[in-house]
Amino acid sequence: MYVNLEHINKTFGNFQASRDVSFGIRQGALAALLGPSGSGKTTILRLIAGLEYPDSGDIRIDGLRVNDVEPARRGIGFVFQNYALFRYMTVFDNIAFGLTVKKEKPEQIRERVRELLELIGMAGLEKRYPAQLSGGQKQRVAFARALAPNPRLLLLDEPFAAIDAKVRQELRVWLRDMIRRLGITSIFVTHDQDEAIEVADEIIITNHGRVEQIGAPLSLYQSPATPFVARFIGISAPLADIGVLKGFDGASGVSGAVRPEFLKIYTREEDLQYREAAEDALVRSVAFRGDSLELGLDLRGLELSARYPLAKTPLSEGDAVRVLIRYVYAFEDGTVRLLQNEACGAASQEYFYSI
Amino acid sequence: MRKAENKWGRRALIAISMAFVLLMLITPLLVVLFEAFSSGLALYWRAVSDKYTLLAAKLTLTATFAAVLLNTAFGLAAAWAITRFSFRGKGLLTTFIDIPFAVSPVIAGLVFILTFGRLSPLHSFLDSYGLKIVFATPGIILATVFVTFPFVAREIIPVLEARGTDEEQAAALMGAGFFTIFRRVTFPHIRWALLYSVILCTARAMGEFGAVSVVSGHLRGKTNTLPLHVEILYNEYQFTAAFAVSSLLAAAAVIILIVRNIVEFTARKEGDGNVR
Repeated sequence: MYVNLEHINKTFGNFQASRDVSFGIRQGALAALLGPSGSGKTTILRLIAGLEYPDSGDIRIDGLRVNDVEPARRGIGFVFQNYALFRYMTVFDNIAFGLTVKKEKPEQIRERVRELLELIGMAGLEKRYPAQLSGGQKQRVAFARALAPNPRLLLLDEPFAAIDAKVRQELRVWLRDMIRRLGITSIFVTHDQDEAIEVADEIIITNHGRVEQIGAPLSLYQSPATPFVARFIGISAPLADIGVLKGFDGASGVSGAVRPEFLKIYTREEDLQYREAAEDALVRSVAFRGDSLELGLDLRGLELSARYPLAKTPLSEGDAVRVLIRYVYAFEDGTVRLLQNEACGAASQEYFYSI
Repeated sequence: MRKAENKWGRRALIAISMAFVLLMLITPLLVVLFEAFSSGLALYWRAVSDKYTLLAAKLTLTATFAAVLLNTAFGLAAAWAITRFSFRGKGLLTTFIDIPFAVSPVIAGLVFILTFGRLSPLHSFLDSYGLKIVFATPGIILATVFVTFPFVAREIIPVLEARGTDEEQAAALMGAGFFTIFRRVTFPHIRWALLYSVILCTARAMGEFGAVSVVSGHLRGKTNTLPLHVEILYNEYQFTAAFAVSSLLAAAAVIILIVRNIVEFTARKEGDGNVR
């Protein structure tokens, strides 16, 4: 692995920000540190950068232990959450800063800055000051500034947080493509799972200072390793006791969660496949989601969310429907098990992701 | 009805403020000028160009320059330390900086007499090196430094606090050293606040009377600053001369105020403009 964290612990006063954090990222990967706020993801980023020092554990970059290497010599480009552009310097001087500090030759600096301005599509704007730039442009400049000294690792702290929603989507795609094109190993911090899933090839999920799971977005979604991941990724409704649902009597007393794609909605009794396992539910809310409707359901007091295809008989608030819960996640001893409805038996081999 | 009341309230407040400024500030200033020139230009010129006046002016400028220099150095260091590091006694340091605002200048002067005067053990030590603090220029500088101590730090701390440390961290991560960071990143942020505080500090240092009066010893031509010189002239019933010298101080104050307004205006224009 190109970047390796081994048994990292870090406390701030009484607060333990990192608990035995270990993970590796391969060269050229674009990884996301994803977790709720206060879960320790930014701390991990700052530890790698050398802005904080671990209480114990090793950080290795390209096989070399960097714990005692000063931040500026780790070969890291860092993009701050609010970009931290130098307000009193032009775009050119901002991008050139890392190179001037290293006392590179002026003509080389000019060449490199021009190259980067070209790359970020901002040629001709080098005389502007940060205050004269839009949020998206600022981020591009911060990106170019971090890349200028040719770092081997790029770290980005909530790179999209300060940008309004409209531009954010566009910028995500831009940044992902740019990083892929350059092939630079990158780690970014985010609390937005959509962002992580869309941008990263690898996601590290953090919670309470621990790493919960590492994996590709799809594998995290399909096989969450811990109850936290099962609840955190995707939209899921918590279940205090799975046993109350029809077809899951065997798991009574076990808590769990259910995803929208685990449910099948029926409006006509004759379509029902497993009549004995179907539940009655009321439609509480209907939201249009482009290709489908997102339904809020009330199933004997449980609030569930479900998807419903547009092509079928339209549904509206207050309608009564029949619901077949085909799968649930069962949480036992900190692990997650996918349970199939007993009534469906072996006959139902179709996996989820079908509406 | 309400609107009319507001209008009257507004007028009353403006009138009170104007009357107060006129009565308390403008009139005395005009009286100073009037008295200074009351016996003709020749007498005014004689008082202003008098040997002792010039020596007093020189001492005042020396003390002011030294105080501004020392307080700028201290103010920058303290503001940097307080806003950039967390350390034990930070709250205490912040509070201590304000002491000169709370303590009477006379007490400050007395403190220096007790610390460096004949009664102090430090005195014989310093004396053995031929150093004279009290009743000499160093004492006057010390007293001036004391009373103008908080100006620079007080002005810069809020600016640095509001700015945050992001930019400095970014610069440090790229390998910039302390002086590069200060010169290229921090200083541009604080330059107007610094200039503004230096101006205020200058004004205060030039006019200082109480603390300096105690440590000076009033040796004419040696330890007399302009404000002390004014007092001596006045006590000797040389009213025209006293007012003439006063007018010098008043003129300096007016010039400082004008410079301050220019600085404020320029800083605001830059703040509103593109470079922020």
